[in-house]
Amino acid sequence: MKSLFKLFSIIIIIIASNSYSFAAEKVEYLKTDWSFKGLFGKFDRASLQRGYQVYTEVCASCHSMKYLSYRNLAEPGGPEFSEVQAKAIAASFEVTDGPNSDGEMFTRPGKLSDKFVMPYDNVKAAQAANGGAYPPDMSVLVKARGGGVDYIYSLLQGYEEAPSNVSLDDGVYYNKYMYGNKIRMAAPLSDGLVEYGDGTNATVEQMSKDVTTFLMWSAEPHLEARHQMGFKAIVYLIILTILVYLSMKKLWSRIESKV
Amino acid sequence: MSDHDYRPKSKVGQWFNDRLPLLTLANHLTDYPTPKNLNYWWTFGGILTFCLITQIVTGLTLAMHYIAHADMAFESVEHIMRDVNYGWLIRYIHANGASMFFLAVYIHIFRSLFYGSYKSPREIIWILGIIIYLLMMAAAFMGYVLPWGQMSFWGATVITNLFSAIPLVGEGIVTWLWGGYSVDNPTLTRFFTLHYLIPFLILGLVVLHIWALHVPGNNNPVGIDIKKPSKDTVPFHPYIVIKDGFALLMFMIVFAFFVFYAPNILGHADNYIEANPMVTPAHIVPEWYLLPFYAILRSVPDKLLGVVAMLSAILILAVLPWLDTSKIRSAVFRPLYKQFYWILVADVLILGYVGAMPAEGLYLLIARVATAYYFLHFLVILPVLGFKEKTLPVPLSITEPVLGGSPNLAAVRNKESKIE
Repeated sequence: MKSLFKLFSIIIIIIASNSYSFAAEKVEYLKTDWSFKGLFGKFDRASLQRGYQVYTEVCASCHSMKYLSYRNLAEPGGPEFSEVQAKAIAASFEVTDGPNSDGEMFTRPGKLSDKFVMPYDNVKAAQAANGGAYPPDMSVLVKARGGGVDYIYSLLQGYEEAPSNVSLDDGVYYNKYMYGNKIRMAAPLSDGLVEYGDGTNATVEQMSKDVTTFLMWSAEPHLEARHQMGFKAIVYLIILTILVYLSMKKLWSRIESKV
Repeated sequence: MSDHDYRPKSKVGQWFNDRLPLLTLANHLTDYPTPKNLNYWWTFGGILTFCLITQIVTGLTLAMHYIAHADMAFESVEHIMRDVNYGWLIRYIHANGASMFFLAVYIHIFRSLFYGSYKSPREIIWILGIIIYLLMMAAAFMGYVLPWGQMSFWGATVITNLFSAIPLVGEGIVTWLWGGYSVDNPTLTRFFTLHYLIPFLILGLVVLHIWALHVPGNNNPVGIDIKKPSKDTVPFHPYIVIKDGFALLMFMIVFAFFVFYAPNILGHADNYIEANPMVTPAHIVPEWYLLPFYAILRSVPDKLLGVVAMLSAILILAVLPWLDTSKIRSAVFRPLYKQFYWILVADVLILGYVGAMPAEGLYLLIARVATAYYFLHFLVILPVLGFKEKTLPVPLSITEPVLGGSPNLAAVRNKESKIE
């Protein structure tokens, strides 16, 4: 029984260290307290709402979020805007719809059921507008990067003057957390860039944290439900395991053999 | 306890059983005499059955929402994760279930290796097991392609390209496998079809595996033949059922931890980037459970020989019953084999580790040494060991070693005879 546990833990450690081995090379990421980590981790609603503001006012001019709909903004476990607010947000976007009965495409204000409006019509248009680099879709961006939230959070704050031995082409910037240190995106955030409705001071660090929280939610919209169910499931399993263990002991007490 | 004299009690039962002896089968399964000294390593057979059923049930549900098309697969997976009721749960169970399945199968295989369960008269059980393992790898590989992320696409490209190593017809075979000149939509749809088919082939083989097991009965930690039924055995139900159930619950706790709290830790981040034939990831790595074989493949400088080495590493297991010349099954009574066994375990873990690292420098050297040792173990050490090793005396029955450790042997024996 003990050796079984030992083997389990050894294997798990090996697996875990393997999966992080690439992400962990070179730089140490900036750390902050994420409210959504841990057994009972939940999103900070206010941070999510601020994060949405940063996304929509800053990131969304280049980065799409094609798997999200406006209705998601009002769903439980997310930023939880009221339905009225979410409708107003959706209506502030122009959506191309159609064809109508005349065969023409037309634009109308967005509805809750619409997907987030994309900044560019297609990848080629996005590349053309960004010096050949495609700003990646942000829906699952956090899960698509080895360092996860810490990486994104660090990257947003990782812009520096390039060291003298690094030469940068036009439209390329130096970022100490980027793979290879060269990034096509100019530093997107600066202090006071957005004006938070709740009076929070919009420092680069604060905005980075808020928008990264928002990106975590967009990548894992059911994270809160998962944590809640996980706790219940594991407690249930542990209780059942103890009961089955006791029954087993009782049954096997008839047999002259250890179990 | 014997199958032959079983007769259902009710008239209806007898009538039915004379026409289709399902009740005889059920009686055989519940009464099946099982060695009473089986340890927890023996519970992984039941755990694996659970894994297979879990994969089939969750897979079936996912298939109702998944779209096997190069343009829509990635999006449909996101649809499952976001909009399907509990889709995230089902997908995370399925994805992590594959890892748990392999974790369990590796323990199951290494249990066999330790206790010599592959030896006569259980060779067919063992070979069926190897075929199941091969099919599992095929199913897992194709399943990993389905989300159509970057690792899906490039993993599929690397693995299918292995066939191009075959002389003369290799290139043709690869084109045929792909259904075109690169991994694309035809590849995806056929992988989906096969991914759906293989679990049912495995299910059939599992039935044969268990059937073959029930002919000689279970091996046991002492590794001796036992009389069945006897003092050395207990009926499968309820004794083994509850023990397997207990072990399964422990396993499910670990499983649940991954599903609910670390669902992506075993996967690769790149697979959340949609497949892009124009961009190659920096490191292409398979899932953790295939890494040892990936290391063997890359440790051979020649492509064809690398593929041959990788396949041999698995197929060599099929002839293991004849490579191991020792008459003694259990490593408990084989002091030298026991040591070589643990070296082999370490060797495979090292192969897994270097399989995840870039194939260069020190990693490549370690991979080569570990690969050489892997084959050395099976081709040289095992055959020689059978002749050279001085084994320990083997007890005559299970009751003997079980009670041997008791301070008052006679008292315990008395007690047992009273119970009978």
